[in-house]
Amino acid sequence: MREINAQTIKETVKQLFWQANYEIGPDILEALRQGLRQEESPTGRAILEQILQNNETARCEKMPICQDTGMAVLFIKLGQDVRIVGGDFNEAVNQGVREAYTEGYLRKSLVMDPIFDRINTKDNTPAVIHLELVPGDKINILVTSKGFGSENMSRLKMMTPAEGEEGVKKFVLETVALAGPNPCPPIIVGVGIGGTLEKAALIAKKATLRPLGQPNPDPRYAQMERDILSEINKLGIGPGGLGGRITALAVNIDYFPAHIAGTAVVVNICCHAARHAEAEI
Amino acid sequence: MPDLYKRVSMPLTDEQIENLNSGENVLISGIIYSARDTVHKRLTGLLAEGKELPVNLKGQTIYYVGPTPAKPGQVCGSAGPTTSSRMDVYTPQLLDYGLKGMIGKGKRSEAVIEAMIRNKAVHFAATGGAAAVIAKSIKAVEMIAYEDLGAEALQKMTVVDFPAIVVIDSKGHNLYESGPLQYAL
Repeated sequence: MREINAQTIKETVKQLFWQANYEIGPDILEALRQGLRQEESPTGRAILEQILQNNETARCEKMPICQDTGMAVLFIKLGQDVRIVGGDFNEAVNQGVREAYTEGYLRKSLVMDPIFDRINTKDNTPAVIHLELVPGDKINILVTSKGFGSENMSRLKMMTPAEGEEGVKKFVLETVALAGPNPCPPIIVGVGIGGTLEKAALIAKKATLRPLGQPNPDPRYAQMERDILSEINKLGIGPGGLGGRITALAVNIDYFPAHIAGTAVVVNICCHAARHAEAEI
Repeated sequence: MPDLYKRVSMPLTDEQIENLNSGENVLISGIIYSARDTVHKRLTGLLAEGKELPVNLKGQTIYYVGPTPAKPGQVCGSAGPTTSSRMDVYTPQLLDYGLKGMIGKGKRSEAVIEAMIRNKAVHFAATGGAAAVIAKSIKAVEMIAYEDLGAEALQKMTVVDFPAIVVIDSKGHNLYESGPLQYAL
């Protein structure tokens, strides 16, 4: 058994949210630069330049890349040989989020109940925590600040097995077209296929966090990713939705075994300000 | 920064509005007001009751924004646009009242565009996710009303060279329609 103090978890979570919000990942920067080289629309190029400049300003001045510092989502892999000491695990994670958002000048965007009072929780907690028990004596923490311009444009469809690959392609394209300028293109499209309704949503979200340039290991799904990306970039939506070639930077598909009677498909859209960071304790 | 841009001063004049065309890059300077969902709900509620608004918004421009908290020494935190369409249910009422400009991101409803043409108003797009760069153009922020809403409060902002694009002009021309059509394959 390896002992890990709850304080260490709290501190790691806090630092990860700061890193995610102030500094965009190198893979996303590279995809944006490549997009700038390929974009034919002058307006589209100007927007991509502005986005690149924004990422530089945010990094240098430790300012949030986007004012929507989102809902705090964490994917945590907890080694089964870890014993957490010195506090409650969930509280440590939420305290990390609380300190990151209040001390780091991030926007507090959560309301306590969605329908009635809508009173701000004032510290951006509670976080959405996905916990997975894995072998080993380490804790891996992947965090994302999920903005809602793009989250709001995400969709679910319970497909029949007959709809197959073409059905998925059609649904993803339709979702991106409907979203248009709202999710802050160029976007990253996470697609979760199979499992149950909630499992498909979970893997779609995780797919948005996969490093760009790393295709699905199954060549058939990798081909689907390339095909759908190419089709999306024919839609003409472009940077900012004002017309252009670069509507999406990547399509990341992940799957899970499906029931013989149905195929859940979730399209989770992430904006170009794809803020996530990962660490291992 | 594009090579060609128009300078726009706020509040907008009818002459300026007449000369702003969909697709033009602009640098906005002057006074704008921040407001999002809840402020819109409260403002249109007051209008429906025939009451005065906390600030005269006739001829003014609203920026759909909820900035991050300002760090010590900063005037304003990161301040990019939020999705305009969430305000669609309230906007026609504000346009009929006298609102002349909006800054946000994303498409507007037919009802909003009709109200814009009817009242000669303009919709600008700022780049979503360019929040740190945009914050640099905000030179002063003053709390006007609804401080209880935190980041969503109604604030008066003084901006200099705020970068934006005219998306929907007062004639109803819409870059969100014409732009993608031009590049669709």
